[in-house]
Amino acid sequence: MKRRTLLASGAAAAMAAVTGLPARAQEKTKVGFIYVGPINDGGWTQHHHHSAMEMVEHFGDAIEFMYQESVPEGPDAERAITQMARSGADIIFTTSFGFMDPTINVAANFPNTVFEHATGYKQADNVSVYSARFYEGRAIQGTLAGRVTQTNKIGYIASVPIPEVIRGINASYLHAKKVNPDVEFKIIWIFEWLNPAKEADAAKALIEQGCDVVLQHTDSTAPHQAAKEAGGVYTFGQAADMAEYGPMPRISSIIDNWAPYYIDRVQAVIDGTWTSTNTWDGIGTGMVGIGEVSDVVPAEYKAEAEAMRDAIATGDYHPFTGPITKQDGTVWLAEGEVANDGDLAGMFFYVEGIEGDIPS
Amino acid sequence: MDINPILILAALMVASTPILLAAIGELVVERAGVLNLGVEGMMIVGAVCGFIAGHNSGSMFMGFTGAALAGAAVSLIFAVLTQYLLTNQVATGLGLTMFGLGLSSLIGQSAVGTTDLSLPKLPIPLLSDIPFIGPILFQHDAIVYLSIGIVAGVWYFLSRTRAGLILRAVGENHGAAHALGYHVRLVRVGAIVFGGACAGLAGAYISLVRVPQWIDGITAGAGWIALAIVVFASWKPWRLIAGAYLFGGVTVLQLNLQADGTLALLDLIIIVVAALTIGYAIYRAIKTARFDVRDNIVPLSIIGIAALYALLRLLGMETIPVEYLSMLPYLATIAVLVGLRSGGAAASLGKTFHPSS
Repeated sequence: MKRRTLLASGAAAAMAAVTGLPARAQEKTKVGFIYVGPINDGGWTQHHHHSAMEMVEHFGDAIEFMYQESVPEGPDAERAITQMARSGADIIFTTSFGFMDPTINVAANFPNTVFEHATGYKQADNVSVYSARFYEGRAIQGTLAGRVTQTNKIGYIASVPIPEVIRGINASYLHAKKVNPDVEFKIIWIFEWLNPAKEADAAKALIEQGCDVVLQHTDSTAPHQAAKEAGGVYTFGQAADMAEYGPMPRISSIIDNWAPYYIDRVQAVIDGTWTSTNTWDGIGTGMVGIGEVSDVVPAEYKAEAEAMRDAIATGDYHPFTGPITKQDGTVWLAEGEVANDGDLAGMFFYVEGIEGDIPS
Repeated sequence: MDINPILILAALMVASTPILLAAIGELVVERAGVLNLGVEGMMIVGAVCGFIAGHNSGSMFMGFTGAALAGAAVSLIFAVLTQYLLTNQVATGLGLTMFGLGLSSLIGQSAVGTTDLSLPKLPIPLLSDIPFIGPILFQHDAIVYLSIGIVAGVWYFLSRTRAGLILRAVGENHGAAHALGYHVRLVRVGAIVFGGACAGLAGAYISLVRVPQWIDGITAGAGWIALAIVVFASWKPWRLIAGAYLFGGVTVLQLNLQADGTLALLDLIIIVVAALTIGYAIYRAIKTARFDVRDNIVPLSIIGIAALYALLRLLGMETIPVEYLSMLPYLATIAVLVGLRSGGAAASLGKTFHPSS
């Protein structure tokens, strides 16, 4: 940014602060993104950035785009978000769960800026939340995993113990179990979203213990590389298609497609129609994409997975449909009952059959 | 239990190799009286340059050579700043780490992705056929052997050669070494560059073998662990192997324990460690013909922890919460740092030297 523009926007911000009027009317809308990882992580952050770039392309010169990558979750995030708000951003997307409280805190100080927080649950007048129903994709992965496994041991590299990750574990376990009653899940928590060396070590540990399917909720492609080297191990792309690892080990993927949402929300800011909302979309709207099931999967199982995808898209099937019992033996959903969004959003228990405890 | 101890021990050596390589380089630097806190920065520059060189040339050898050269080049900046421009070593080292992280990110922008290169395993004939020991020790890739070879070489150099003696003299008392006519700064620059090359190799082992791909920040703090392990080893090369394998081992172990979900493996390890410790304590007591509690604090605390663990198991403990497992590598490092007497730092460590003083 040129110094002159910086001064101008600083002055505009000061003016807005004094008069309490939004100063954005006569200027380009400034759109900011805060990323938790580097924009080339191959997964989560890369796809947010990719979607953001599609949004930028859509608006062209009508907006000004800025981003900051590799912002650690925690107190430092507040500094990064504040800095972006001070430099005149009109709308800021904070794209990791751990940015929730920092976003809420900063939003309170910048009433004329609007914020969009991904995967959280705390809203405010100028803070919207949005997330994708990744568990829908997990149900499909679980089904495929249960079908292709020979050893009946499925590994799961879990990142940070939050409801979103636990939903993913439960959804995939339930569906793997449904098609293959003998499956067993081995879960490793690494307490980070992105640490390629640790992800690779975790994948190797799982494979060495006999897992021939490795699911991951971490952001890098390191587990795929480990699976490729080991041979005969199946994996799924996470956040990005990771098609470069197909047809083996990667046999399908969950693809995050945020672009339509980003275009929609930025348009709302330009039009002045933005209001605080809570969006949770899935396969139906395309926010969750299912990557092509590769041909190493037998045709009947591929068709089964695709049928489930379509049933979820049309709303005919919900991955959390009873009967479902919790790990402690209490009944969560009765026969035919469908989980409500409140329960799903706060899910912090394993379903029956998963061994081990959720780290608190 | 689903874990195969042989596979774990073999995985341990692979996971520890980057730390070991970075640490042995830093050990030489510190024995020469220089404290270079920029290990992480040199490592990550080595990681990205090694990845690019290897990927573009299609040769692992070129990759590791490029990484060593890149690490050495970055360390040369540190050498010039601290040895000739007399900057503060701590601040310069920290700066080097930040510089390295930024530089690697810049260099690596277009290099993101994976590589099809793979480093072949080189089983050593005959030795690799020994049951149990063979698959653990003698079926690795060349760099694992190289890392141990470098440690042996450094040990020989420091303790058995005249040049090593000069290097140590420079580290212990640079004033006296200078008075005797040795080139203090030249020796130190040489040591720093060696340290940089080792750190570069360590980084490339992560980006070319262990992960293998390039992503920003891929070293994830391994350089700092290497620095801690040098202190842990009391600046002695052979102890460095123990330190690096302990840390790498506990890291691999905790992941495996999580996946396994039972404590069978941990039981086995605790029994072996406790037995070895008791044996060692008895051996020392017989050899010195006395038993002094103060001299045996480390063995006694290990036995105490083992007894506590046994008690908890007898009381019916079936699992250890994941949080505690994740803490293990760091707890083990701290425990060992506290337990061992960290004597042996070079007397001139971190002090600025100028020939006129």
